[in-house]
Amino acid sequence: MKSFPLIWSNLFRRRVRTFLTLFSIIAAFLLFGLLRSIAGAFEMGVNVAGVDRLMVSPKYSMVDGLPISHLAQIEAVEGVAGATHMTWFGGTYQNPTNFFPKFPVQPRVYFDLYSEYIIDPLQLDAFERIRTAAVAPADLAEEYGWQIGDRIPIEGDIWLRGDGSDLWEFELVGTYTVRDDESTFASFLFNYDYFDEARIPETQGIVSNFVVRVTDPDQAGEISARIDAQFENSINPTRTATEEESNRQFAAQVGDIGLIMNSILSAVFFTILLLTANTMTQALRERIPELAVLKTLGFTDRRVALLVLLESVLLCGLGGAVGIALSGFALQALGPELEGFLGQIEMTAATTLSGVGIALLLGVIVGLNPALSARRLQVVEALRK
Amino acid sequence: MGIVELQQVSRHFTKGRQTVEVLDNIDLTIEEGDFLALMGPSGSGKTTLLNLIGGLDQPTSGSVEVAGQQLVGLSSRKLAQWRSRNIGFIFQFYNLLPILSARRNVELPLLLTRLGGRQRKRNADVALTIVGLADRARHKPGELSGGQQQRVAIARAIVADPRILVCDEPTGDLDRETADEILDLLELLNREHGKTIIMVTHDPKAASHARHTLYLDKGNLVREAA
Ligand SMILES: Nc1ncnc2c1ncn2[C@@H]1O[C@H](COP(=O)(O)OP(=O)(O)OP(=O)(O)O)[C@@H](O)[C@H]1O
Ligand SMILES: [Mg+2]
Repeated sequence: MKSFPLIWSNLFRRRVRTFLTLFSIIAAFLLFGLLRSIAGAFEMGVNVAGVDRLMVSPKYSMVDGLPISHLAQIEAVEGVAGATHMTWFGGTYQNPTNFFPKFPVQPRVYFDLYSEYIIDPLQLDAFERIRTAAVAPADLAEEYGWQIGDRIPIEGDIWLRGDGSDLWEFELVGTYTVRDDESTFASFLFNYDYFDEARIPETQGIVSNFVVRVTDPDQAGEISARIDAQFENSINPTRTATEEESNRQFAAQVGDIGLIMNSILSAVFFTILLLTANTMTQALRERIPELAVLKTLGFTDRRVALLVLLESVLLCGLGGAVGIALSGFALQALGPELEGFLGQIEMTAATTLSGVGIALLLGVIVGLNPALSARRLQVVEALRK
Repeated sequence: MGIVELQQVSRHFTKGRQTVEVLDNIDLTIEEGDFLALMGPSGSGKTTLLNLIGGLDQPTSGSVEVAGQQLVGLSSRKLAQWRSRNIGFIFQFYNLLPILSARRNVELPLLLTRLGGRQRKRNADVALTIVGLADRARHKPGELSGGQQQRVAIARAIVADPRILVCDEPTGDLDRETADEILDLLELLNREHGKTIIMVTHDPKAASHARHTLYLDKGNLVREAA
């Protein structure tokens, strides 16, 4: 590292050019940090899902829905310990940016199945007893300043009321937390019975999914096959999968988030690669006589090549580190805004490390060719000018 | 035996089908402590000869022994290490790194030694003092005159204490007065510090500072009394 001052001064020889390149790299890694963390939030929802739970969805399309009559048949399948249903409600609270999932559920069975959700037993009783009751994740209630007893109006979009109104009103009777801070989609839950009675009669009895707990997680594959076999020849065939797969499918229908993000990032990094490579090539060309002088002084070919390579690695590493750090700050600032939609978003160590790794790799790729040219440089030729 | 021993040294350059015989079977001995001026018409091979002595180039044939080391056949890596210990180079256009301060320029050869940062700085300052530029250590080359830049280059050439200084037209770009100061400095390094100096020049006045003068013409050396 004795040569660090030399590398550093070389890097900033053309300030404007270096700063422009540096800013581009920073921007790229800022984007990387943000997009990776957001994609991570999707994957996180996937990871926490218990393997002892299965999700029964319509075989062909999410929007079809399934008849609630499937529930009894599912419960009768060998290996099924318990089952309930959930229905994607959609809807808007006050304004469309207040995004959080809302599900009409069977209160007691639902909390039995989602044993990682913790709720006060008295509040659960109230949830079951009061027809228009709803419960919310504690942090969601806090975010919107809801108190127990508040009436919460939700404007329906998928599900309209039989009385012609689209305004649904729920009474908050309790809040729940998620054990061990396991991140999931924080959902607003309300009574299915009330929902089903109040919606337009032709749509009654339709739910989105069934959640099944199996007696033996090792048998999950066989059990899901048995469930699907039940409905194979019905007009509502099913597809049973782990919650993970099912969530992933859901994301895939929304648009393959991972693929989209990776495409964006690939395009960005490719551009950065070309840009930085151009900077380094120019930098090398200007410096050929100086590199020849270093060799004259006794710097070996390898050492000179290393100087050039390290300069490129330093440039990319610096840009990467600053970009990743900025995305960390940005996420801290924006996190609370996005959390309702995506669950917990944070910059994981994996994202940080892979970002730094990519930055260094970029530096090596970009610096390799100039470094090899520097290594090959013949002193006598270069000094003849 | 001299500090420089060239035997039957030839250097040919091949351009396409044409071969230019720049040096033709040259024998040359330079004693340690000599100050030798090398003169000759443009294109006579002075730089080529200097490059061979300085371990920057290999002869087409012959033997080049400098500072007790046979240079012919050494790898580029070995040659680089040998140069860093034995040769100081001084060029017509100074060849300083424009982005580094005078001190950092002078320090460059010391990056190849085991010296620590403080010691390197101290040695660089000593070298700058010898060339009379101690007060310009923080200046960049662009902020110095030609003569001052050449002094920095000389400080860089002597900082690692090599036995031989190789100078290719060191005053070629300087006015008479500045040139004389540089030549006086070289004489001082030769007399007081025992450096063996080999200097290419077109200027007879510059050559008069040397102990001996050699003429190179049509690939052959002619020795004349100084
Ligand atoms: N790498 C090379 N390839 C081809 N020809 C070369 C090469 N180096 C030197 N020459 C040729 O060798 C001859 C001598 O060159 P050299 O640079 O040694 O001359 P010089 O005496 O230093 O001249 P000047 O006084 O102009 O500096 C020239 O004709 C030159 O064109
Ligand atoms: Mg020459």
